[in-house]
Amino acid sequence: MDEEVKLLGSWLSPMSRRVEVGLKLKGVSFEFSDLDVFFSKPPELLQYNPVHKKIPVLIHHGKPIAESLIILEYIDETWADSGIRLLPKDPYERAMARFWAKFFDDKCSLPLWMSCWTEGDKQQQILAESKLNLTTMEGALKGKKFFGGDEIGIVDIIVFCSVYWAEIAQEVVGVNVINEEKHPVLCKWMKETVDSNVLKDYMPPREKLFCHFQTYKDAIAALMTARFGSN
Amino acid sequence: MAVPEKGVKLLDFWMSPFGQRCRIALAEKEVEYEYKEEDLSKKSDLLLKSNPVHKKIPVLIHDGKSICESLIIVEYIDEVFPGKTNILPSDPYARSHARFWADFVDKKVYDCGSKLFKSKSEALEELNKEFICILKTLETELGEKKYFGDDAFGLVDIAFAPFTSWFYTFEALGLSVEKECPKLAAWGNRIMERESVAKSLHEPTKIYDLFCELRKKFVDA
Repeated sequence: MDEEVKLLGSWLSPMSRRVEVGLKLKGVSFEFSDLDVFFSKPPELLQYNPVHKKIPVLIHHGKPIAESLIILEYIDETWADSGIRLLPKDPYERAMARFWAKFFDDKCSLPLWMSCWTEGDKQQQILAESKLNLTTMEGALKGKKFFGGDEIGIVDIIVFCSVYWAEIAQEVVGVNVINEEKHPVLCKWMKETVDSNVLKDYMPPREKLFCHFQTYKDAIAALMTARFGSN
Repeated sequence: MAVPEKGVKLLDFWMSPFGQRCRIALAEKEVEYEYKEEDLSKKSDLLLKSNPVHKKIPVLIHDGKSICESLIIVEYIDEVFPGKTNILPSDPYARSHARFWADFVDKKVYDCGSKLFKSKSEALEELNKEFICILKTLETELGEKKYFGDDAFGLVDIAFAPFTSWFYTFEALGLSVEKECPKLAAWGNRIMERESVAKSLHEPTKIYDLFCELRKKFVDA
């Protein structure tokens, strides 16, 4: 019985969504605590993640686990016999999955997001960086259906969440970050992943996210600039 | 089709703390391997082929397959080579705890530490404060334990060990680890009693000499 599994997260965060997806794919029931983290740090968050003060945090039997990739590995190991494998069994393939997950998080996730919320020269610079790094990411697909091979895995989960968010944001702000011309392999993968029906039902409703970005466009841009710099 | 070369090879650079992590892990597991020193100003075809994405060391090549990124390499070594010790514990929560702190070392220690090395004197005081804060956080995590892994020398110890040879240089920059974080300093001395660490790290004075040389070239110019 999946007792005492609680996720501190936010419906607005793709990082938080990754963990939700991981839990659902493993068939783990959990309590979701939707925190408002964009303008303040709730006490519960400071208690369970005093070091980084960020969501998502998974709390299992009262013990916290932070950092989304670390949480996903924990989920995969704790509920090893349930649902799909998030990471491959083979040690080399597992190292490759970790490598691409890290590459995506270090090099793609932020530029992809920030290209929607910056302007002018800064935006052009980030768009170029985003294009280059996403093209490198496409190399990981190398003739495979999914990043995880024949089945989706941890890299598919994390990339899908970020791309889902970015595609909606780019529609709101009118910038084109991911398209067939620039990233044919990634777009094909996106279509395969959507068609497989494994992940798309776990995403927030498109209209809800679109509406939120539309309403808070300026505030989000200001927050992103403040957090990640504008130089 | 060529048969992949059997065996273990490490592409590395002598003073890289990330390379040292891999050396410590291989020594802990008593793995025989070929060490290849890379000239970073003129990277070998093998390095460029083995790590086409980042073109950086360290790279572990095992039976022709390359693994990159030091902590990923260390986990791979733990999984593939049984040895007498485990680098990560078997309990999933303990594993996630170790990964969290190894990730903390990656995110905080190297960035701030290398900024300190490169900083001009005006920025030193602020950077010192920031770095002490990072070290104190690590020291709180260590607490009264023998190692970060408790009784077992593990992932976090390996992740942070190479940075202990920088302590002597930090002292020259006005940051005494012994004074600010005595438990961490004591841990630094304790891990040197392990052969895997002692033979993988360099004399702190060697790091200091290199630091002075680089500083003269790039900072004080």
